[in-house]
Amino acid sequence: MAGVSGTSAAARVYILCAVVCAALGAVPALSPEAGTPWGTLGLLAALYSACELPGRFRVFGGSVPITAGSFFPLLLAAAFLLPPSAAVLVAVPGALVSHVDGPPVTARRVWRAAQLALTVGAASWAYALSGGPATLGGGPEGAVPALPHALLPACAAALVFGLVLAALDGGIIATAERVAVRHAWRGLPARSVGPHLVHALAGLMMAVLWRSTYGPLSALVVLLPMYISCWVFAQYHRRHAAHRATIRALVQAVDIKDGYTRGHSERVGRASELIARELGMEESRTEALRFAGILHDVGKLGVPTRVLRKDGPLTPEERRVIELHPEYGHEIVRGIGFLDEARAAILHHHERLDGSGYPYGLTGDRIPEFARVVAVADAFDAMTSTRSYRRGRPVPAAVEELRRCAGSQFDPRMVRALARALDRHGWSAAANTVTSDEDPAGLPTQRADVRAPAAGTPDRPGRHR
Amino acid sequence: MTPVHPPPAVLAVRGGALALAVAALGHTLWNGVVEPGHALAFGVLVTVGELARWGALPGEREPAPLGAAGALAYALLGRSGGQDTAHGVLQVVTVVAAAQLLASVPHVARGSGPGPDQAARRLLTVAFAAVCFQPFHHAGRSEHWFGEGPYFALFLLVLLVLSALCDAVLAALTAGTSRRYGPQLRDELRRLSGIGSAVCATGAVMALGVAVAGLWALPVLCVPLLLTQVSYRRYAAVRTTYRQTIASLARSTEIAGYTPHGHARRVAELSAAVGRELGLGGHELTVLEYAALMHDIGQLSLVDPVADGATALLPAEEQRRIALLGGAVVRQTGVDPAVAAVVEQQADPYREQQTAARIVRAVNAYDDLCGEGVKGPLGALEQLRLGTGRDYQPQVVEALARVLARGGPTRVGAG
Repeated sequence: MAGVSGTSAAARVYILCAVVCAALGAVPALSPEAGTPWGTLGLLAALYSACELPGRFRVFGGSVPITAGSFFPLLLAAAFLLPPSAAVLVAVPGALVSHVDGPPVTARRVWRAAQLALTVGAASWAYALSGGPATLGGGPEGAVPALPHALLPACAAALVFGLVLAALDGGIIATAERVAVRHAWRGLPARSVGPHLVHALAGLMMAVLWRSTYGPLSALVVLLPMYISCWVFAQYHRRHAAHRATIRALVQAVDIKDGYTRGHSERVGRASELIARELGMEESRTEALRFAGILHDVGKLGVPTRVLRKDGPLTPEERRVIELHPEYGHEIVRGIGFLDEARAAILHHHERLDGSGYPYGLTGDRIPEFARVVAVADAFDAMTSTRSYRRGRPVPAAVEELRRCAGSQFDPRMVRALARALDRHGWSAAANTVTSDEDPAGLPTQRADVRAPAAGTPDRPGRHR
Repeated sequence: MTPVHPPPAVLAVRGGALALAVAALGHTLWNGVVEPGHALAFGVLVTVGELARWGALPGEREPAPLGAAGALAYALLGRSGGQDTAHGVLQVVTVVAAAQLLASVPHVARGSGPGPDQAARRLLTVAFAAVCFQPFHHAGRSEHWFGEGPYFALFLLVLLVLSALCDAVLAALTAGTSRRYGPQLRDELRRLSGIGSAVCATGAVMALGVAVAGLWALPVLCVPLLLTQVSYRRYAAVRTTYRQTIASLARSTEIAGYTPHGHARRVAELSAAVGRELGLGGHELTVLEYAALMHDIGQLSLVDPVADGATALLPAEEQRRIALLGGAVVRQTGVDPAVAAVVEQQADPYREQQTAARIVRAVNAYDDLCGEGVKGPLGALEQLRLGTGRDYQPQVVEALARVLARGGPTRVGAG
């Protein structure tokens, strides 16, 4: 649902309008000759409230939020079973007790009640107009539902349901968060059509069974798969977040050993993503490239901490040990199936176009595309980030340096893509923060005037001595 | 310890299913198909549902939920569009067996068919449901007892729950591990609550929906269940990736040269085996496995590796410090905080530990001591027994000895 962050005057007026409209829609149900089926209405309203309560008290496992979507089949079934004026009332008690994300609690609940009331009412009205109720069957004479024909009004009602919900959502976003109307509505209806049609099918079967001799209990069973589906979906999101955290933990494990590069991995991931988007890569490869950037230095886990933290010049032996890190990295992520192309990037991100890189000394196009992207992103961040012993270079200077090395060290196509992306999106200030917790005073001062990395060796980004 | 020949229980299940299928097929061929339209519709549904095994991940609890729900619905179908149906138990078995055969053709062609056990289980479960329902229905008893109202719906649900239990028993019988039957059955029952209940619910709703609205109810009801299946697949995929990433993180200490090669994996497998021996299951086992995988992660903060990574030989204070550092890393990984707690406790005396930490401690020490080479497994076990006064819990050490005597850890689902 839309966020109502601090009720502005416009939002209050908007909510008031919605409430008045909903109330007007419900008035006909109160007149005695309307023949409102109060029993069905009461049962459906109670069911909906019961579905909303777990979200509020978190009884099931405590941490898995059930999204409102799992109850839409119930609301649609109500829209099919009840006349429009009665359908308006179904969602009201449930919405008034529902869980909301934050203050202002009352305003959010009232808004939710009015929004759902209008939406269900509109769907029910569309259903009645397209001749739906007659196709449901059941009733005293025990008619058989006219099933293929019953699908049409149900789908029409689902479309109206989705459109009205999205329109009202867009309105509250526009008034409460002062987003321009056309931004608030962009993409809202298109995304929800598919799910609403599925909900309509479940709602239709609920309504058919509700009307049949088997009664409301059998109708409830239709909800169970939908409910489980939503629960699994919530689990999926939780696990997905946990997976990201684990990737971060891999990176942080590197930081434990080598404090200088803190934040470097995330930024290389971001720069790689920028380049990928600029090159027009598809979404899954962009995602993979971002992970490649984040994990490119994970092989430093294999380099002895004593060598990584060494102050002062490295012996050729130590340099050789450090140059093993792409191979260690490749070995560490070998078991992670989804990384796929990204593994090549981790192995080859220190190759150079002229063949003077490591570990294999590949040249030109024989270096995997992902590796060429990560090499540019790595060098760029190494130059622009401020380390405790030297200041970062300004972005234009770094790009100039990359251009100078394009062709011999970097792929010119990737350098151009990065330059274009930087022109378009800029580079966030976070990149220029000091990236080490270590006390600068404890480090040899001459590092400040050591030549910065660009000209050549991003093999130890930012650490030249 | 994968048995070369399947145990007698597995053979009995397979043989029973085969005999049943042959008998049913013969009977149906002899007498002809009753209501061919319905048989065809449900046959197609089960075939399509079984084809959805495509892309199933190994170890998925129910890779073809639509096939299961369709088959159960056909077994429990007593009416269609208000008219009574006349198909019997043997026709249900025939339709399901034929659909399974048909659906397995493309799978077998690619060399990845469903195992004979899964097919046998499906057939026997459906036959169970049909035997419980169809004779009652044909004799008119179900109508007499429950009418055509809400009680009939309840009756169907109860039958489905019984079928699910029957399926769990068969699954535990055919699991093919050396585990005892009890914990295996408990695990199977625990897993029922997820997609199993969605399958039962859809099976009941399909039977009722067809009874009310005729065969058109089938495609309409497939959609929500397919959605559930897709959600489960995505969830399973991300869970697999997650496990792989955790394993990579665990291996990082080996690549960094802190621990010997394969140490984390060995400790995890042996810990899981000991945990099962001690009756742990489900969530506890997952926590134990993750904790065992990552128990050495704290060593990353050491500037110099411990010799051979054998933390069991370090002074107690140093061990505890590494354990606390490891817990801090694990907390960042987003795994259950219980895992971090186990990692932190792994160096404490066993009376202050929870069970998982006791197991990790003993198994880690065993693997470290074995790695020393002089004493070998027996010597390592002897050393652990000497330490049962303070460091290692006697029950855990004995469970470890039993697991080792059987030939080491077995992976669940193997065989």
